[in-house]
Amino acid sequence: MAVTVRIPTPLQRLTNGQGEVQCEGKTVTELLADLEQRYPGIKERICDTDGKLRRFVNVFVNEEDIRFLQGDQTAVKDGDDVSIIPAIAGG
Amino acid sequence: MSYILGLKCRECGRLYPKGVINACEYCFGSIEVEYDYEAIRRTLTREAVAARPRSLWRYRELLPIDGEPTVGLHSGFTPLFRAERLGAALGVRELYVKDDSVSYPTLSFKDRVVSVALTRAKELGFDTVACASTGNLANAVSAHAAKAGLKRLVFIPADLEIGKVMASLVYRPTVVAIEGNYDDVNRLCAELSAKYPWAFVNVNIRPYYAEGSKTYGFEVAEQLGWKAPDHIVIPAASGSLITKIAKAFKEFELLGLIPKARTKLYAAQAEGCAPITTAIQAKTDIIKPVKPKTIAKSLAIGNPADGYYATKAVLESGGAAEAVSDDEIIEGIRLLGETEGVFTETAGGVTVAVAKKLIEQGTIPRDGATVLCITGNGLKTLEPLMGRLGEPVRIKPTLKSFEERLGDQLN
Repeated sequence: MAVTVRIPTPLQRLTNGQGEVQCEGKTVTELLADLEQRYPGIKERICDTDGKLRRFVNVFVNEEDIRFLQGDQTAVKDGDDVSIIPAIAGG
Repeated sequence: MSYILGLKCRECGRLYPKGVINACEYCFGSIEVEYDYEAIRRTLTREAVAARPRSLWRYRELLPIDGEPTVGLHSGFTPLFRAERLGAALGVRELYVKDDSVSYPTLSFKDRVVSVALTRAKELGFDTVACASTGNLANAVSAHAAKAGLKRLVFIPADLEIGKVMASLVYRPTVVAIEGNYDDVNRLCAELSAKYPWAFVNVNIRPYYAEGSKTYGFEVAEQLGWKAPDHIVIPAASGSLITKIAKAFKEFELLGLIPKARTKLYAAQAEGCAPITTAIQAKTDIIKPVKPKTIAKSLAIGNPADGYYATKAVLESGGAAEAVSDDEIIEGIRLLGETEGVFTETAGGVTVAVAKKLIEQGTIPRDGATVLCITGNGLKTLEPLMGRLGEPVRIKPTLKSFEERLGDQLN
């Protein structure tokens, strides 16, 4: 078991074309670090130079925006679904 | 002929060909259409525009299509009129209403964005169109796609007003009602758009779609006699309309069609969903998402895509923002109805009520030319008005009954 991470289309080139990958970690931050280990170069696309999530990226844990949870310290566990989604959509 | 040079990330400046893309592949920033303004300047003159049909396509050079328009040929060019009685009620001298409550054919400003989006979707080779909607957009996508012969799916929150649901169903789309709020609908559509080969107008072809909102601003400027107003009050959901009205005035100014625009922009939101107003009032560009709870369902976007850009546009213009309660929204709807004979939906009630508040505060001065953006029709949102507008006087079909019930009101 692990956490399923859904990868947005523009980043799928870095995940060998996969739209979903499995990662490990106890928090969103740890998960992103693990994602970077498996697919080098992906973290800088999701986070800015300070390591913070970019302004135009939203992350959801089990369909809830992490800004309503504990941000990048939001806990994740085996079996959870995490989505990384471009913010510029809708309205 | 095409006036599109290409697409460009508003954040990092990366360039893209004019295909299907809604966010920068590198930084996820917003994608903007780049135009050949030098070529446009040669054909888009006041005289040329004035000679064209009265539709949103009279500004075709500034819209992101390659060929001729094929959708929404009768949409746009809604009335802009001097609102003397509402102006007197609010205490401003020169007040105007730009009335998209009578937009053809689906009675909201979404006819504009959809006309552009579907024309572009056809050019890009799509046979199926879709959207994430709070109601008005679903109506417009369904209607225009029906007329254009496109397959259509619309995704809405399950708790929408019945008028907005019926006004989609009649055009025979697939209506998907999602158990969640608009932000849930939007997230799901973002994920679906990566999986299915459909043109989600406000997701994967959003850069083209959003440009359609500029026509609201173009019309305001043309109808005011080729000048931008001093103040404009704009309802904010995603915030896109604010940024595109600002862009419309800037483009007209750049092309020499209007004198230098110094328009102050004012964002109008409901208290139950005011992430953009909150950011503007705090003078920050960090948009804190909220869980919406308001009768203004068409503005109930808690995680606004263009919140950042709308906030910047308002602050740079020297404008402001306010939020109003559900009661104030209903009062705004009544006030517009009883003074100007226009029946607007809850979003329009928000605009009127916010304008009232800003004028009373002295934030909007009493002497400039002020435009209120009325973007939707009241017949679609009857539920919150039930029991709030009084009742008809019920009588028997006799003179006696009439005079008994109404006699004292007749003198």
